[in-house]
Amino acid sequence: MTNSVSVQSESFDLAAEYRQFGADDAGIGAVVAFVGRVRDLNLDRNVVALSLEHYPGMTEKALQRIADEAAIRWPLNAVRVVHRVGDLKPTDDIVLVLTASPHRKDAYEANQFIMDYLKTRAPFWKKEHGVDGEARWVDARDSDYSALERWEHALKTNWGIVDHD
Amino acid sequence: MREIDLLFFARLREVLGVGHERLSLPETVRTVADLMGLLCQREGKWAEELGGKRLFRVAINQEMASLDAEIPAGAEVAIFPPVTGG
Repeated sequence: MTNSVSVQSESFDLAAEYRQFGADDAGIGAVVAFVGRVRDLNLDRNVVALSLEHYPGMTEKALQRIADEAAIRWPLNAVRVVHRVGDLKPTDDIVLVLTASPHRKDAYEANQFIMDYLKTRAPFWKKEHGVDGEARWVDARDSDYSALERWEHALKTNWGIVDHD
Repeated sequence: MREIDLLFFARLREVLGVGHERLSLPETVRTVADLMGLLCQREGKWAEELGGKRLFRVAINQEMASLDAEIPAGAEVAIFPPVTGG
């Protein structure tokens, strides 16, 4: 079981990440890859650039904990999370989540769980730079929190797991 | 007096005009809620942001913490807006 996380300003290479991911593990039957990208539109405004601030130290710990929690809840062979920080522009990749398991259902579910948790627990903040030259911090979305609550409800109902924080 | 390192991030860092400060806590300040009370005494933006009208999150030694969490001596306490990564 290998869970690894990286926080970096440089871009990531999906093919290279995939090649290294659980490469020698013949028990892996399914790998799910999620890539999050910068859009040029958020709510009603044109975005020309995005800067991502984070909390060095806590960020890595939070991502590692999320990856480890997923591995407790689903039978996973490996998890890889890469999140970029710094200055980005539309079409740039922001985040990569790879999950591997014997069967696809677990890899899909765990991947979605990791993204839902990351969006509400990992200390990253986005600042958008609009076409009008204005910079604005992005507000947290209620929908991200309802996604989290759905997981917590499902996990408690199905497995009796109570979140510890 | 207990010394702590206080960190601010993102919008809060900009609005409050500080990213890091060293702070001595009086004996009466034990919890996160007590600390917020202390910071709100600075009035203006501090009271506006931390007085309960706007959402914020707190981490103690890089773990998310609730308002009733105790602050240990020498702690790193971070205050920041709800996160928006991913």
